[in-house]
Amino acid sequence: MFAFIIRRFIQAALVIVIISIIAFAIKQNVGDPVRAITGISVSAAEREAMRDQLGLNDPVFIQYLRFSKDALHGDFGNSFFYKKPAVDVILSKAPATIELVFVTSLIVIGLSIPLGVYSAIYPKNLFSRFLMGASIVGVSIPVFLIAIMMIYLFSIKLGWLPSFGRGELVSIGGWDTGMLTLDGWLHLIMPSVALSSIMLPLFIRLIRSEMMEILESEYVKFAWAKGLTKHRVWFVHAFKNTLLTVITVGGVQLGITIAFTILTETVFQWQGLGFLFMEAVERADASLLVAYLMFVGIVMVGVNTIVDIIYGMVNPTVRITGVK
Amino acid sequence: MSSLLEVKDLVIKFGLRTGDVTATTGVSFTIEKGEKLGLVGESGAGKSVTGFSIIVLISKPGYVADGHILFKGTDLTKISSEEMRNIRGNRISMIFQDPMMTLNPVLTIGTQMTETLLAHNPKMSMKEASEIALEKLRKVHIPSPEKRLEQYPHEFSGGMRQRIIIAIALITDPEIIIADEPTTALDVTIQAEIMDLISELCETEDMGFILITHDLAVVASVTENIAVMYAGRIVEKGRTRDVIDNPQHPYTKGLIKALPEGAKGSNRLNQIKGMMPTLTNIPDGCAFNPRCPYVMDICKTDEPSLIQVKGMDTQAACFLCKEEVFTNE
Ligand SMILES: Nc1ncnc2c1ncn2[C@@H]1O[C@H](COP(=O)(O)OP(=O)(O)OP(=O)(O)O)[C@@H](O)[C@H]1O
Ligand SMILES: [Mg+2]
Repeated sequence: MFAFIIRRFIQAALVIVIISIIAFAIKQNVGDPVRAITGISVSAAEREAMRDQLGLNDPVFIQYLRFSKDALHGDFGNSFFYKKPAVDVILSKAPATIELVFVTSLIVIGLSIPLGVYSAIYPKNLFSRFLMGASIVGVSIPVFLIAIMMIYLFSIKLGWLPSFGRGELVSIGGWDTGMLTLDGWLHLIMPSVALSSIMLPLFIRLIRSEMMEILESEYVKFAWAKGLTKHRVWFVHAFKNTLLTVITVGGVQLGITIAFTILTETVFQWQGLGFLFMEAVERADASLLVAYLMFVGIVMVGVNTIVDIIYGMVNPTVRITGVK
Repeated sequence: MSSLLEVKDLVIKFGLRTGDVTATTGVSFTIEKGEKLGLVGESGAGKSVTGFSIIVLISKPGYVADGHILFKGTDLTKISSEEMRNIRGNRISMIFQDPMMTLNPVLTIGTQMTETLLAHNPKMSMKEASEIALEKLRKVHIPSPEKRLEQYPHEFSGGMRQRIIIAIALITDPEIIIADEPTTALDVTIQAEIMDLISELCETEDMGFILITHDLAVVASVTENIAVMYAGRIVEKGRTRDVIDNPQHPYTKGLIKALPEGAKGSNRLNQIKGMMPTLTNIPDGCAFNPRCPYVMDICKTDEPSLIQVKGMDTQAACFLCKEEVFTNE
């Protein structure tokens, strides 16, 4: 198990290096760092001198090493728009996105497991059939449409829920949280429901099909033949195996969820990383884009590594041999 | 006194979208304490569904359409599902074919053994259950069982896993064991070893044993009684020795001729011609008639019933056999 964890960490580090190369390539091609420092009213000769001074005329490899060294110190340069270190901007917006993804994950996990398991155990039941139909509809409706329909219904028509922003925030040690006030929660509802509208149907279907397959397996049949109670067969024998797949796929899906935060945050004017990313793209704010990319990359690699380690702990085959 | 197990006129059907198909028709047999019965026949004959019907666990869409399964006089097709659960794995156990697939990969051997005991004895402590599990592992000759309880299935070879499955089947001291091709998936070198182990344990525990297999040689060496199935029917049954030495039904004769020792070198010549019919196109009359070397006109129109063969202990379902007539004088 220890060797397995070490190996996973080395893999994670490699992936981060690759992401950093991509980020570096973006930095090289988007925007002009000289402009970020000086503005426009500087002569061409002065600019050239500045480029030399900044090392922008050095070989690409040297520049990459310098970039990596700075990145390791959390230095991605200043955001051209915010006039602050890009990392500080990212960190100030991260809580909004993390809370959104967290609540979304709770919704997805909390609903998909019971619903998926139920519809696997009673596949012919009317509710299960309804659920399968609804989940197809759910996956096929685009997120922004769901978001707009919700805003129309709950904000404009009924006036129950606020349609944009994070509402009242409480700051705890630099972390602005909306999860400690009623207003903050009211603001969280629609964005997180909209964001879960992709993952939830996918997860219900995944859990259902996986669990149904396992319920047909020989070892489940043998569990019945042993005279175990149905709860034991379903929730210990079948569900524990279902969980293995769900954990692996879950890690991957989390990455897709982060991609969808960009859309959701834009629709709901949610002042998080996704929103920031759209702004940075519009303004060609290279430092901010690079910092965003690195931040999201590291979070995703981190989550996937943790998921793999959890998988290794649940699956005895991995635990012993160290290979997957 | 009622038999340990009496299966009477069992009809099993599968409810398919196109209508019901019949997998077994009028299957009857009994077994007593300590008796070993072999259920043989080609693939698809209905051996497994018959075995599973005894623990009322036929996979959907199969169901028992008619007949009785009397376990010490209680009809298992009539009792509640909770009563049945308490018999299944407790008083009637089953051993499956493929030990690589039968154990749950994410649960320890210990868990998979003790849970069976705990499911049937809610008051038993974990410690007691583990003691019994250890004792059974020793019985099936698993070395250092204490250590083994903590391990997962993938840490065992196929033969070892089948021993563990046997230990699980035995853990509640059942009265009947049903083994569905318990050695087919194993390495040839350990098949005999596992078969001997099962048969020896059945003797020492005085259990009833139903061995489902297509291997006549195994049945001959292990069981004292035999029932030969063809297309969902029992076509011949009697003492294993009698049936092997002096088969009455042409199908049984064919099976025996196809045995390697009866083949003298080229056993392919001695295979029964043709294939067993599928459930949807069982011929009129005797189900075996299209393949039968002795087929007569009556075989194509009338279905023979199982009769006591004159001068023998064997029963066979064939028009060629003369019925023993019992007269009351
Ligand atoms: N779920 C099912 N749906 C429809 N038909 C089935 C189903 N399960 C089994 N059958 C049919 O029932 C018949 C008997 O099957 P069974 O598994 O009992 O055969 P068997 O004698 O055990 O053969 P084998 O040696 O291959 O195990 C077969 O013709 C099979 O096609
Ligand atoms: Mg079978």
